[in-house]
Amino acid sequence: MNPAYSVIFFTTASGLGYGLLVFIGVFASLGLLPADRWLGFWGLGLALAAITFGLLSSTFHLGRPERAWRAVSQWRSSWLAREGVLALLTYVPAAVLGIAWVFYEQISGSIALAAIAVAVLSLVTVYCTGKIYASLKTIPAWHQTIVPVNYVILALMTGAVWFLALLNIFSLPSMQVSVMAVVLLVFGLAAKVRFWRQIDHAPVTSTSGTATGLGDLGEVRLLETPNTSANYLNTEMGFKVARKHAAKLRRIAIIFGFVLPALLVILAGLASGVPAVLFSCLAALLMMVGMVAERWLFFAEAKHVVNLYYGETTI
Amino acid sequence: MTSLPANPSPTKLGLVIDLDICVGCHACAVNCKEWNTGGYHAPLTDSDPYGTDPTGVWFNRVHAFEVGEGHAGRTVHFPRSCLHCEDAPCVTVCPTGASYKRTEDGIVLVDEDMCIGCKLCSWSCPYGAREFDADVGVMKKCTLCVDRIYNQNMEAVDRVPACVATCPAGARHFGDLGDPASDVSRLVAAREGYDLMPEMQTRPTNKYLPPRPRRDEDGAITSATSLEDASPEGGFLGWVDRLLSTTGDVR
Ligand code: SF4
Ligand code: SF4
Ligand code: SF4
Repeated sequence: MNPAYSVIFFTTASGLGYGLLVFIGVFASLGLLPADRWLGFWGLGLALAAITFGLLSSTFHLGRPERAWRAVSQWRSSWLAREGVLALLTYVPAAVLGIAWVFYEQISGSIALAAIAVAVLSLVTVYCTGKIYASLKTIPAWHQTIVPVNYVILALMTGAVWFLALLNIFSLPSMQVSVMAVVLLVFGLAAKVRFWRQIDHAPVTSTSGTATGLGDLGEVRLLETPNTSANYLNTEMGFKVARKHAAKLRRIAIIFGFVLPALLVILAGLASGVPAVLFSCLAALLMMVGMVAERWLFFAEAKHVVNLYYGETTI
Repeated sequence: MTSLPANPSPTKLGLVIDLDICVGCHACAVNCKEWNTGGYHAPLTDSDPYGTDPTGVWFNRVHAFEVGEGHAGRTVHFPRSCLHCEDAPCVTVCPTGASYKRTEDGIVLVDEDMCIGCKLCSWSCPYGAREFDADVGVMKKCTLCVDRIYNQNMEAVDRVPACVATCPAGARHFGDLGDPASDVSRLVAAREGYDLMPEMQTRPTNKYLPPRPRRDEDGAITSATSLEDASPEGGFLGWVDRLLSTTGDVR
């Protein structure tokens, strides 16, 4: 599949934003965060900015961005519509929490309920994002239960590392959050490696024989394409460039996305003061480089069965 | 509404494509383009049509495949368009309601005025039946020529899809596949018509008829010898052949 930059940016940025909201929501509702208005401002501000820019960038991916509002109507059948509904719903308790926190320095009592709602809705939104991909039978690499699990773990992981950086900036070092971040980085890596192994050893789903129905007569090979230069299907679903660099990009994703952030989070936990801030911020930034590589591969390595009509023989 | 019809009518309009007969002339594809660029989804935009890298929207594309090896091998021409699936994933993934399946006859359509161009429906279709019109920013697809088959301004005999009307070989048939007594249903039963990629569980309405078995075992067509020997051994022709063969590349 063609890795569109707008969608890569959307899924990584919104994953980070919702992950961060989960941690802020849970910690705020448990009374583990101070009601300092600047912490609220920067924490919620960062998360909501990542989400909002992500959503805006995903609307640039649309052919008719001005009609984006229509995308919430079919929540009964469409995971994309469900994602849209939940993304919008999340803003409601987030706004309540933000106003109470930033203007009134109040995050307990009924505001804690808003914080819980923020965390729950954020998590479900990310799950819906994963389900959009997992529901597509036509792309066997995505049509797996591990895909939404991956999306949720990576969102929590990126959220945890950024949450740690935020806490360190506000001189609120937390051993709990450091440990959680490292644990999530390990789980994230495990889930990702498992996903890659699954797609590398996936059984054949469809063949040029089933696509044409001619398999009984022998091996089916493409003789002529219908078009002399690339059509929409070839450019959108026949993307081949990444596959030849896949091994290298996987290494980049593993090192930047998981290994270096884990080491830096541990260093940050051992250090204090300015070095802790630097280590945790560096962890957060490097991790995003790895996440972009990971997301690029998620698209580029996924093969659509329509390619069976354009020369592939098994998918 | 992008949920599939809860109580679909038994009528299932669709096409039957005979791979034994199709000669790969692309007439159906061209007439599809011709009709539809002025029809429901008008225009079917082309970009750089006379340049070096032309691309554009087509609802019907004709591929050619080679099947089998050596003497048993054959070429099969393969037209590919929307199959108007009963469990159409392109409909249920649509977030806006632009993609829908008609209750009355099962035709799958896109309402261009509602489409936001998210392209998810084209990702969900196993058969590559949907093409994005980058110029207008919306998804377009085969309409089963809904603007012909019910068109009261046309002669009854012309109320068939453009691709069916134009096929010079008679390889395309249109009818109600939900009615077991219809001509198309009987044809499918007689010729063992099949679904493409049944493993995708889309339950296509359109059916494909397989190429008939070869007949050359009883000495027809392919076992005939050529009329003239291409490399005669002796005599005058042999002498001419030798002469031309040795001087052939002295030009
Ligand atoms: S062929 Fe593709 S576009 Fe047509 S109904 Fe089936 S899934 Fe939808
Ligand atoms: S591209 Fe248009 S028709 Fe297709 S899923 Fe998106 S909104 Fe629906
Ligand atoms: S039914 Fe009409 S729109 Fe569909 S392939 Fe045939 S000519 Fe094209």
